[in-house]
Amino acid sequence: MNWSLLVQLLANGLIVGMLYGVVAMCFVLIYKSTQVVNFAQGEFLVLGAWVCLWFITDMQMPFIVAFLFTLVFMTLFGIMIQVVILRPLIGEPVVSVIMVTIGLSIFLQALMNWIFGNSAERFPQVFETESVNVAGLNVESAYLMSLVMSVLIMGGFYLFFRFSKYGLAMRATAFNQQTAQSLGISVRQVFALAWAISAIVSGVAGIIIGMVNSVSSSLAIIGIKVFPAVILGGLDSIVGAVIGGIIIGLLENFAEFVDGQFLNWGNLFTIAPFYVLIIILMIKPYGLFGTKDIERI
Amino acid sequence: MLLEVENVSLSFGGIQALKDVSFSVDEAELFSIIGPNGAGKTSMLNCISGRYTPDSGDIRFKGRSLSGLKPNHRPDLGIGRTFQNLALFDHMTVLDNILVGRHHLMKNNFLTGMAYWFGGAQHEELEHRRVVEDIIDFLEIQHIRNAVAGTLSYGLRKRVELARAVALRPHLVLLDEPMAGMNMEEKEDMARYVVDLNEEWGMTVVMIEHDMGVVMDISHRVMVLDFGAKVVDGLPDEVMANEHVKRAYLGADLGEAA
Repeated sequence: MNWSLLVQLLANGLIVGMLYGVVAMCFVLIYKSTQVVNFAQGEFLVLGAWVCLWFITDMQMPFIVAFLFTLVFMTLFGIMIQVVILRPLIGEPVVSVIMVTIGLSIFLQALMNWIFGNSAERFPQVFETESVNVAGLNVESAYLMSLVMSVLIMGGFYLFFRFSKYGLAMRATAFNQQTAQSLGISVRQVFALAWAISAIVSGVAGIIIGMVNSVSSSLAIIGIKVFPAVILGGLDSIVGAVIGGIIIGLLENFAEFVDGQFLNWGNLFTIAPFYVLIIILMIKPYGLFGTKDIERI
Repeated sequence: MLLEVENVSLSFGGIQALKDVSFSVDEAELFSIIGPNGAGKTSMLNCISGRYTPDSGDIRFKGRSLSGLKPNHRPDLGIGRTFQNLALFDHMTVLDNILVGRHHLMKNNFLTGMAYWFGGAQHEELEHRRVVEDIIDFLEIQHIRNAVAGTLSYGLRKRVELARAVALRPHLVLLDEPMAGMNMEEKEDMARYVVDLNEEWGMTVVMIEHDMGVVMDISHRVMVLDFGAKVVDGLPDEVMANEHVKRAYLGADLGEAA
């Protein structure tokens, strides 16, 4: 039994899992407030990463400036997507809306391949040291930044829902749009806000993942990996999304350990989360933290 | 006149829901709309609250035309409403449900809210919570303030919905069948709350209700709709005495025929 490898992998799992959690939160945020399942979430990540890289390499900006510009870009992008593509679909059947987000995902993929190219590109060195030693574990600087950013974003979400009137307005809108309107909540504003936040945070996650790996269209796979995390946590629970993300991250890495050390099947890494997903949904169909609708007779 | 409805017509395809309806409601009045099912009562209310846009005619509130104003801007002017089929946020607590009603009055945004203790956000929140507590006191729902709305009994949910509408601090509150499906005791309570809202809190009330006893008892004026058209409006006694009303609504023609 290789203990240090296990601990190392679990630490990685935790960090990657937090990042999954962040992306899952974006997914849940959009689902909760606008009832849209956003299949283009993964492309949002890739877009954020590419745009940031473009600012750095082509516009010669320092990383921090490029980062901030990317945030601004993603805000506008999120609002644009909501206003141009999804607003006309309000009131249409769910299936149509899902089809549109799948279409959006394909369109964005093609567009980004066209503009940014097919090949993977590495971020230039942002941190001075490649990796740091934390309590005997070798952790990449980018991973450390990922952890810090994840915690910051989660804290931000908490503050947003705790301290801002839009937190409550979003929950109200999620439940019943017409009633929310009758109480003076602008549904358009809430929707645009949800997409903007989701795009910003996805962009940040994309940049981080791009720094750890490299930027290419294959990053969009995160959008799919986040699915088990979201379903596991319950589609409409933000806390659930975070925990679901961490569980998936840990599971993946644990599966890799078991696979690499004992089984040697290969690829257990990728499918293990989905097996666990199936088992959990058999026991708790609403996910771990999803709301059960109470039926009164 | 607080609310003036002028020649409002509304149709859905071939069905004419409202035909040339005009009426007006005075400040601090308790105005009831009655009529058989499908007479267009709720359609009328939806026109005022902005859910429907009339095909023709005009609705003025405090002298200002409401046409083209989005539903979510009408609470800013002072129009609140409840729904015929309960529309509470079932997964939220009673307290949160009522706080949503304060949304349009809250001034602090996300950024000033982060400076909670310094930016006045704390002061503002305390103020809103105080108002909400007053409403909870008034409607006697202290004991369920932290209960999840979806778990409450029908009568209590109706009461919470009223509380939420009141939290908007509207000048005009539109109540769509506030007493439907209630037992006698709950009806009496609700009637008392509506009267108190009107008399003590000074709110103008436009109410749709089927219970004729309650309507005739507490309304200042009553309007009767039938097949989308106004039959009559006036004092409760006048309306009761109207021949057409008896025929259309109270079914008196059957008695006469027999």
